[in-house]
Amino acid sequence: MFMIFGVPGPLLFGQVLLGLINGAFYAMLSLGLAVIFGMLNIINFAHGALFMMGAFCSWMLLNYVGIGYFPSLILAPLIIGAFGIVLEKTIISRLYKLDHLYGLLLTFGLALVIEGLFRNAYGSSGLPYRIPEILTGATNLGFMYMPNYRGWVVLVAVVVCFSTWAIIEKTTLGATLRAATENAPLVQAFGVNVPRLITLTYGGGVALAAFAGVLAAPIYSVNPNMGTNFINTVFAVVVIGGMGSILGSVITGFALGVIEGLTKVFWPQASATVVFLVMVIVLLTRPRGLFGKTA
Amino acid sequence: MFGFSRSQTIAFWIMVAIIVISPFFLYPVFLMRVLCMALFACAFNLMIGYVGLLSFGHAAFFGMGSYITAWTMKFWHLDASLAIVLGGLTGAGLGLVLGYLAIRRSGIYFAMITLALAQMIYFFCLEAPFTHGEDGIQQVPRGVLFGVIDLANDMTMYWLTAAIFIGGFLLIHRIIHSPFGQVLKGIRENEPRATSLGYRTDDYKLIAFVLSCMLAGVAGGTKALVFGIATLTDVNYPMSGEVVLMTLLGGLGTVFGPVMGSVVLMAMENYLAEFGAWVTVTQGVIFIICVLAFRRGIVGEIGNLLKLRL
Repeated sequence: MFMIFGVPGPLLFGQVLLGLINGAFYAMLSLGLAVIFGMLNIINFAHGALFMMGAFCSWMLLNYVGIGYFPSLILAPLIIGAFGIVLEKTIISRLYKLDHLYGLLLTFGLALVIEGLFRNAYGSSGLPYRIPEILTGATNLGFMYMPNYRGWVVLVAVVVCFSTWAIIEKTTLGATLRAATENAPLVQAFGVNVPRLITLTYGGGVALAAFAGVLAAPIYSVNPNMGTNFINTVFAVVVIGGMGSILGSVITGFALGVIEGLTKVFWPQASATVVFLVMVIVLLTRPRGLFGKTA
Repeated sequence: MFGFSRSQTIAFWIMVAIIVISPFFLYPVFLMRVLCMALFACAFNLMIGYVGLLSFGHAAFFGMGSYITAWTMKFWHLDASLAIVLGGLTGAGLGLVLGYLAIRRSGIYFAMITLALAQMIYFFCLEAPFTHGEDGIQQVPRGVLFGVIDLANDMTMYWLTAAIFIGGFLLIHRIIHSPFGQVLKGIRENEPRATSLGYRTDDYKLIAFVLSCMLAGVAGGTKALVFGIATLTDVNYPMSGEVVLMTLLGGLGTVFGPVMGSVVLMAMENYLAEFGAWVTVTQGVIFIICVLAFRRGIVGEIGNLLKLRL
């Protein structure tokens, strides 16, 4: 067995892989937050709850309807995304003329309601979700054994993040979206239905969170608190990255996941706080965030 | 001398009368909980109502104040007054450090940063040995006040809590109506103008934040003394959410709103306690209703109806 900095190689790589997986979730969640914030000017505090709903949705599809993992990967985001669109249409859209803080308070309330209801219905102990047959087992990479499902999560997350980036930066739809973020009345004057664009953006961001939830279901047990555990860290990630750039939030998400993984090897007690420490350093040196545009 | 208007003076004396009479009809321990939370909410309101900054991490100051008071009471056997003062100083010290970081951003970033920093404090409390992790610091003695008054009796403890609450309440009111408080309001309304008038707005915000955190620490310390326990619940983010909700429900930026909000919310939690997560659901529903239809809060609406500033 070879050693790196006095640590067995497989242990180090194992933690880096775990970090990459956490990072994949940070990236997908902060990406959704950034997209929603860009269009709606709202920090979606319910993001964690919707992520949790994605996981529960796939669990329900499997246990009540018998629909497996791979169809769930498409179906659950669609269902939860539709739920998000209903939320936006009925509740959130009433706030656009108010101070941004009301959006934060409202979505925080939504998160409490959603989590409370799920806790009532399913308790908080967590439900198991099995890894699909084809992704079980592990692959020998030469320097370590990688559980196939974990590799799959990282791969899919990278693809999804990159596709989101491509849609927003390289397509006409994305160009319209970015234009509406900059100056909504002007884009509306060109005949674009901006309110519908906003609704779809929210739905898209929510679908992304739900997709992350489905991916997370086999790794973490499906429980009502799984979203909250993530989202507090994701807010720190958003502060570190700044919400100005899509690619920025993806890179920040993955990087912080890896940093967290490495901390777990070298200084386990600090692993829960290291992301926040990075945030402190960023605030001291570059308050607008690593990729943020305005202060 | 505290800058009360006529209507506020009347409301204040009504509040004092209620505080004095209620322990003879209601369970004092419940009332003490209400008073502690009310002081916590008033401290929080100082930031959101008069500086316009929403802190989503006030549980950190409340919880750390509670831990320090509990620890010094239990292991150093300090006088109760000293332990509570130490709780307040802990809140202030922590507020100075976290506030220095957080006031670099405003608006929703301020909310996210305070939330994240408070989460860091939570993880610290989870790991640090002095907090006793999941168990918390239990069986904290209420001790003796000024070396003579034994606080073990619920009624004695109630009068102390009431005195601390009224003292804190008047202090906040004095701060708001001082020249310093006027500058704070000026910053809230138009920060660039306050800057152009020569005020170091960051310093003002930081001082207000530290004062708010100090009172949150006092509230936490008093709570630890009342219940004889300091746990992770006090320092975790649902507590931050709860104080936001109390203030929102009572009325952001009103003088009596946080007190009203705390009374209503504590009463509700008391009755719903046996229904488990329904408390959370109800809290969420109140948040949504307040934001959508009821942004002035209870006291704000009453004031609007009577055309008074309460």
